[in-house]
Amino acid sequence: MNLALPWPFERDYMQLALVAGVVVGVCAPLIGTFLVQKRMSLMGDGIGHVAFAGVAAGLVFGVWPIGTALVAAVVGAVCIEWLRSRGRAGGDLALAVLFYSGIAGGVVLTGLAGSLDASTLTYLFGSILTVAPADALTIAVLGLVILLAVVMGWRALFAVIVDEEAARVAGLPVEALNLGLAGLTAVTVVAGMRVVGVLLVAAMMVLPVGAAQRVARSFRATLVVASGIGTFSVITGLAAARAFGLAPGGAVVLVAAACFMVAAVSKGPAGSRLLTSGTARR
Amino acid sequence: MTFSVNDGEFVALTGPNGAGKSTLLRILLGLLPPLGGTVEVFGASPRDLRDRWRIGYVPQRSVLPDNLPATVEEVVATGRLARRGWSRRPGAVDREAVSHALESVLVDDLRRRRMHELSGGQQQRVLIAKAFASEPDLLILDEPVAGVDADSQRRFRDSLVHFARSHGTAVLLVSHELGAVAADLDRVLVLRQGRIAFDGRPEELTATGVSLGVHRTDLPLWLEDPGPTAPR
Repeated sequence: MNLALPWPFERDYMQLALVAGVVVGVCAPLIGTFLVQKRMSLMGDGIGHVAFAGVAAGLVFGVWPIGTALVAAVVGAVCIEWLRSRGRAGGDLALAVLFYSGIAGGVVLTGLAGSLDASTLTYLFGSILTVAPADALTIAVLGLVILLAVVMGWRALFAVIVDEEAARVAGLPVEALNLGLAGLTAVTVVAGMRVVGVLLVAAMMVLPVGAAQRVARSFRATLVVASGIGTFSVITGLAAARAFGLAPGGAVVLVAAACFMVAAVSKGPAGSRLLTSGTARR
Repeated sequence: MTFSVNDGEFVALTGPNGAGKSTLLRILLGLLPPLGGTVEVFGASPRDLRDRWRIGYVPQRSVLPDNLPATVEEVVATGRLARRGWSRRPGAVDREAVSHALESVLVDDLRRRRMHELSGGQQQRVLIAKAFASEPDLLILDEPVAGVDADSQRRFRDSLVHFARSHGTAVLLVSHELGAVAADLDRVLVLRQGRIAFDGRPEELTATGVSLGVHRTDLPLWLEDPGPTAPR
């Protein structure tokens, strides 16, 4: 793969990084928009730690780590939704259970392997500049799944956010929608592992959303703007990483944090009426 | 207890706190299973009802998350999901129904405002519009004007009566405060300790000295306290 792109994306490895990064930049804020409104901003973080245990299991047993991470993340996401919806634990407690179990599992499994090695750190902190074509393809497929699911289900997920009880009365499959959102969060975490790492992937689900809901006037506009900010953060972060020799995952998240800070001190949605133009006819 | 609500009828359900109004409401909405007896809504158990859009539900107050970046129009549009199917895109009919619902409660000019920019009374009218949007056959409202000023109560009454009469919608209104709709009610049910203490026309209730405006302070003993002395 070599497209005629200008600096800093003229090299193959930067183009692969760009593909993987843009997928995560678009998809993570889409899922994060729902999580933030449901006051589950840290769910991505909790699932990230379980995904780390999955990666460690894959490395120990010599299995494709992204596959084991995906299985672990989905199982963890289902568990957290089960704990939350059955009232067995509050949302934050359920997250804490997952968070600590995941990291403990990861530590034990990496201990079994001998020690933390470079490949483990790749998933912890991300290694977007070493993304292989197969990785980029996997991330793109996961991104497509997320995008299709959001396009099909965002209105129903939004109805659950507006009033979960009223959504039940209306006959919406609330449990299935909540489980679906948990599953999509897991898929997003796994897609973002190579880009920013499991420790930072949740940031891409939260920071662009925090910025977007300051400037967008509607829910639909928030989805679009959050994805736009996520994509901008990835492109700018990658460019900065190339220019100044920075760690790319951290640079991407710092750009997203800067976007949030700018939005936080802005005048708010009054200055962005343009963004409501798409909401009148849905 | 035994009671029914007929097509196009406007029925109020009232009674002291702890009488069982909320439990009855949740059973009718299919949110709780009845411990005994038979409850049917449109000929089916509420939990098994297939055409869920036939029930419109207005909760006591908005439970929207703080700072949810949602417009009035987006919130009202969620009321159409039961009617068209949750995964389908809205069509012209849906947009027309949403506009009609917004106009019915006089919030059409607020359609692009964020929900949290609205007053409590305006938010309540939006929730009523959301229930109207599915064009239900039965509208169930849970204390819809609790804590709302007199002007908003009057607007609520006008919207509700106009919508119900023009669509032939049956209304079951659960409220302590019936003054705003007293003249429009077909029947009043008074619940006490899980039993119906009164079922009749509103003027029959007022003839016993009960005001339909405020209940907690002026319910007579036969409604307020347990005992076999109820006149009906």
